[in-house]
Amino acid sequence: MDARRESEPTPIKNPTTAERKSERELVVTRTINGPARIVFEAWTKPELFKQWWVPKSFGLSVLSCEMDVRVGGRYGLVFSHPAAPKPMEFFGRYLEVTPHSRLVWTNEEGGDSGQVTTVTFEERGGKTLLIMHDLYPSKEALDGAIASGSTGGMDETFEQLDQLLAALGTSVGRS
Amino acid sequence: MPLILCYILNHMVQYPRTGFDAAFAALSDVTRRGVLEQLGRADASITDLAEKFDMTLTGMKKHVGVLEQAGLVTTEKVGRVRTCKLGLRRLEEEAAWIERYRQRWDARFDELDKVVEELKRKEKVDGRKKRE
Repeated sequence: MDARRESEPTPIKNPTTAERKSERELVVTRTINGPARIVFEAWTKPELFKQWWVPKSFGLSVLSCEMDVRVGGRYGLVFSHPAAPKPMEFFGRYLEVTPHSRLVWTNEEGGDSGQVTTVTFEERGGKTLLIMHDLYPSKEALDGAIASGSTGGMDETFEQLDQLLAALGTSVGRS
Repeated sequence: MPLILCYILNHMVQYPRTGFDAAFAALSDVTRRGVLEQLGRADASITDLAEKFDMTLTGMKKHVGVLEQAGLVTTEKVGRVRTCKLGLRRLEEEAAWIERYRQRWDARFDELDKVVEELKRKEKVDGRKKRE
């Protein structure tokens, strides 16, 4: 229980929503307790970005984080996970950069099936509504991402797998 | 590794929320593991499965029920035949995936909140210094 106190002081927690808006679109929303100017900074400065993009509970370590935040500029993120055989890379380029209000980038690590991500920052009374919109090139691409579970958080699951493997080693494995 | 084990592992990775205990209990029975193997080769009706495993319909229905509860098997009744196949229904899969996706972003945004709080605090301190 005491370990949980680390996260204090706790700001007001706003709800996060996620929805498949159409065959090709996913939308996530969340209000952040701060002005758009500051929230935008946290999305565009690597030293800030890597503080929040991979929460501890994901079990990932950031190996590198590079962001050339301007139209046509590239970004690259490399993570490692104890259960992953090799580092995971995510990369793409920025299509639109409008300070404090809008970012658009490509996701190219998956080849042609990658989505285009648009994030808008709408300031209201000192808070910022974030709308993150992923547009996939086709229905099949989004269905594929869902079917492969590629976007899932994997940490606890890998622990469970270890247990399951240990427990099943002598039963299912032999049948 | 047998294909069926791959399937089960994959299932556990993708749908941890359907319950590790339920899946584990479902797998503790040799007939149920056999049913999963069988369904890994082809969908089958409860009658087919009962025949193959030399079992009463009622007995097989119970086994399939346990697998279904654990989210390992889906059944669908068409006319008088109940067909069994591996996996969750597609819509359930999608709902489960979107919920995991939402949770992942929720965790990220909680961290973002902290970063923004810290930046706000720094700005206040810097602002005070400038005025002094």
